Parts: sequence; structure tokens; C-alpha cells
Amino acid sequence: MIESLIKNDRAELTQSAKKASPVVLSTRVRLARNLADAPFPERATSAQRSDILSKCAGHIGDLKAMKEGVFFDVSQLSDLEKQVLVERHLISRELCETEQGSGVMINKDQTCSVMINEEDHLRIQFLKTGFNLNSIWKQVDSFDSDLEKSLDVAFSEEFGFLTACPTNLGTGLRASVMMHLPGLVISDQMERVIRAVNQLGITVRGLFGEGSDATGHVFQISNQQTLGESESEIISRLGNVLKTIIDHELNARFKYLEENRAKLLDKIGRAFGVLQNVHLLTSNEAMNLLSLMRLAVDFHMLPEANRSDVDRLFIECQPGHIQYAAQEGIEPELRDIARADKLREEFSHLPPLIFDKIGESN
Amino acid sequence: MADNLKCSNCNKEATVHLTQIVNNKIHKVDLCESCAQKKGVTDPQGFSLADLLAKSNLTQGLPDLQLVCSNCGLETADFRRTGRLGCSACFQVFADVVRPVLEDMHVGTEHKGKVPEVALTRQNSQAKLQTLRDSLARAIAEEAYEDAATFRDQIKAFETAVAELEATEA
Repeated sequence: MIESLIKNDRAELTQSAKKASPVVLSTRVRLARNLADAPFPERATSAQRSDILSKCAGHIGDLKAMKEGVFFDVSQLSDLEKQVLVERHLISRELCETEQGSGVMINKDQTCSVMINEEDHLRIQFLKTGFNLNSIWKQVDSFDSDLEKSLDVAFSEEFGFLTACPTNLGTGLRASVMMHLPGLVISDQMERVIRAVNQLGITVRGLFGEGSDATGHVFQISNQQTLGESESEIISRLGNVLKTIIDHELNARFKYLEENRAKLLDKIGRAFGVLQNVHLLTSNEAMNLLSLMRLAVDFHMLPEANRSDVDRLFIECQPGHIQYAAQEGIEPELRDIARADKLREEFSHLPPLIFDKIGESN
Repeated sequence: MADNLKCSNCNKEATVHLTQIVNNKIHKVDLCESCAQKKGVTDPQGFSLADLLAKSNLTQGLPDLQLVCSNCGLETADFRRTGRLGCSACFQVFADVVRPVLEDMHVGTEHKGKVPEVALTRQNSQAKLQTLRDSLARAIAEEAYEDAATFRDQIKAFETAVAELEATEA
């Protein structure tokens, strides 16, 4: 069912090169919304859920932003297809667990997805590569305003937009930015950063792993609070914290380079060699090697044009994507062979690393 | 060991216990194996301790009110167990239960952001129209024809105004 989505050569997350930036991989903003006159998904009967699903899908499909979009009924998707959509950040794991009567609409370039009957009736998400909280907030805001013209949303003056879980009340807004933070991890500062931003109501979690030493050094950083501040206050507060983290990350990288130049170049050089010659590769090891390749692009050791390849491979080397590409259920070991084949092939086309430009400012 | 702990999600015996200390306050969650798996505790890619703990705090120190939502049937005990409300009417029924929960959870306890003006205006005007129609029906039933005529004129004026407003928006 999802084949057209995977083969789409205009998909934002896997295909958009120019807008990507060092440190930040992608930015997303989501809004939680409910209909005023129906019980929330968890309390709704399956008949009510089906009604809500078809009503919402109809209205959302009519919006300009969803032109040429696709709709998937979750109950019609295989486990593997669901996993692929989760790996592309288009649906949540929670949506995969839902019973009958849930779905998702995804627009053509996969920048916008709306989950229907997840924890709330609607979870509207906009996602783009690079760091652009303000422009994404504007997009999701205008999408939400358009939707409100045809759907009665649940709202109270006191609590704001009403959501099943009180943690989302008020604006229903969660903004999260995917950050690549190898400098802070290598210099053992990540734990301190996490503790400091937690005090500010901001959550950090590893994308591919746990705690402060996440696989691939990719972290998702988002606002925890949604009530008591306006949307623009939430966005600007988070934005300021993220800018500080970016500064710390860049400083940590250059300090590490100054003090451990040979060690760092050796790590990147070896990773490149492994990627060109590997025959068996686990998902975790792949993420860690790709992390070093993204660092190589940031240090001008690889052309900027290859940044989008590295970012795409972060997605395409995850277990669901590897299995989906193989077109059949394959055992973990065969998956590791398929992943190695793919990366060997991709990295055979890259130019050799340039070591003498390293350290030039970004 | 005292009594076996119950899963905070489904009341089965809990085998997974999580503890986090934030601002010198201890927050605990107990889950049974299947809920732990469902919540992604065993799956490092999907698990969010912060979310889970935030939700578990909902169950601590709530006023002891036995309330039921007449719209969706949610009871105070359901809210304590799941940390979730059942429908928009719940927020009126459980307002006193929800308010203290929000204090530790958010920056403030009152909404300061976007207001869905278009949807609210439409909802209000529909409610107003319904009241007028009810009044008209009652007046006719009571054979109060003068009142009925007034209500009929008001309905007509109201509908014309709404139509004009919609035309300018489009």
C-alpha cells in the first residue's frame, strides 16, 4: 500500500538537500485537536470511531495543503508498513497500537501528516529538514485555521484546546527538533545538557537509543509544557534553548578537534573505510558510522552535496526500511547483509575524504 | 515485600517499576509486562519516560471527588487510573480534579494562545439559533402568535446575518 510513498523522489525527509544544516536534521511541530461533539478516541465506540475517521478524512482531504495527499486506514496496513511509516516520522507507535477506525493522511511531499483517532481525534504535524521553527509553526497554524472553518473543535476559554491527556492542554502544541550532537556526547557533556534543559521544561530523548549516549548521536528535543504560554512564546523559548545547544555543540566539536585531532580524523577515516568495505552491519553500528559521516560533511571532508545522502541513509538503514526494500520477511542476519550491501554501494560513489580542509569554519 | 504493586495502566500485577527524581520529588510508575511493552518501555526507540511519568503524576494527591461525566460515562477512578479525560464535556465535570494537576505540569493554568474564532462563532450562532427555534415552537404551541412572529423575524434576521458573514469570508 505504501509503495508510492517510499518511491516518491520529492519526499522532504529523504530527498531535500539544500535546506539541511549542521547540527539540526529536522524540525517538526504538531497540534493536538479534538472534535467538540464526539467522545475522545479511547472512549468512543468503534462505530463512533469510524464516523469520526470518515468525517475528518473528508474535511482534511479537501484542504489545499493536502492536495494529492494519500490516506491510509491503519487496520489495512501490515506491521512492516506501519514500521516504515514510524521510521519516516509520519505516524506514531501509539497509532500503530490502535484498534479499528484509525488512519493517517499524508501530503505529497510528506511534510504534512494528520493522524486521526490516535490519542486525540486529530494530530496535525508539519515536518521539514533543517532548523525553521517559526515558518513551520506558521504553516501548521494556517492549516489548523483552515480546518476550523469546517470542523467544530473542542475548546474552552480556561483550558484552551481540549485534549485527552492534560499534558497537551492549552495550545496542544509540541515542537521538536532532531539534533545531531556528537561533540557533546564525545566530550561527556550530554548528561549535563539534558539536566539543564529539563529544568526549563524541555525534554531530550535519544532517537535511536537510550539516555545521554544515544546511538547515532541523534536527539529529539521538544517542549514539555503546552498551557499558560502562547504558541509564539513556546516556539521562541524552545528556539533560544536550541540555539544555545547548537553553540555548545559546535564549540565542543572544535575543542575536541584541537585537542584530539588525530583521534577524530582516525575515527572518521576508519568509519569511511568500513562503509566502503563492510559486509555485515547492524542498525546500531550503521547509525554510529553515519553519524561520523555527517560530521565529515560538517568538517568539509565530504562535499556538502552528500549531506542529504547521509540524512536519507539514517532513515533507509533502519530495520523496517531494509526489510521493506528486500520485499520479503528476512532474518536479522540477512538484514545486516542487505544493509551492508546498500551502504557499500552508496559509499563506493563518494569522493575520497579531504583531510586538509578540516576545521575551516562552517 | 508488601502487597504486590498493581499496574498503573490496567491493574494487573506490576513487574516493571520506574523511578525518577525531579526537583527532589520522587515520581514512580509501575507497569505489568504487557503494558510496559505496549508503552515501549522495553523498546529504546519508542520509550518516553518523561511522558509516562508526567501522566502518572496525575494520580497523586487528587481531591477525593466521586464524579461521573453524563456525556461519556467517565468516572473519577477512570481518570486516576489512565490520566486521560473522555470527552470535551469532561472538562466541566472534572474541572476541580483537573486544575490542581495542571499546576505542576505547565507554565500556567490558563490558556494564553490561539482561539478558534471561526469555529466558536459558528458554534455560538448555532446554539443561539436553536434557542430561538425552541422559543418559536413553544410560542406556537401556546398559541402566543404575536411572540411567535417576533421569534420568526429574529430567526430570519439572524440567518441573513450569518449568510452575509459567510459570503464575506468566502
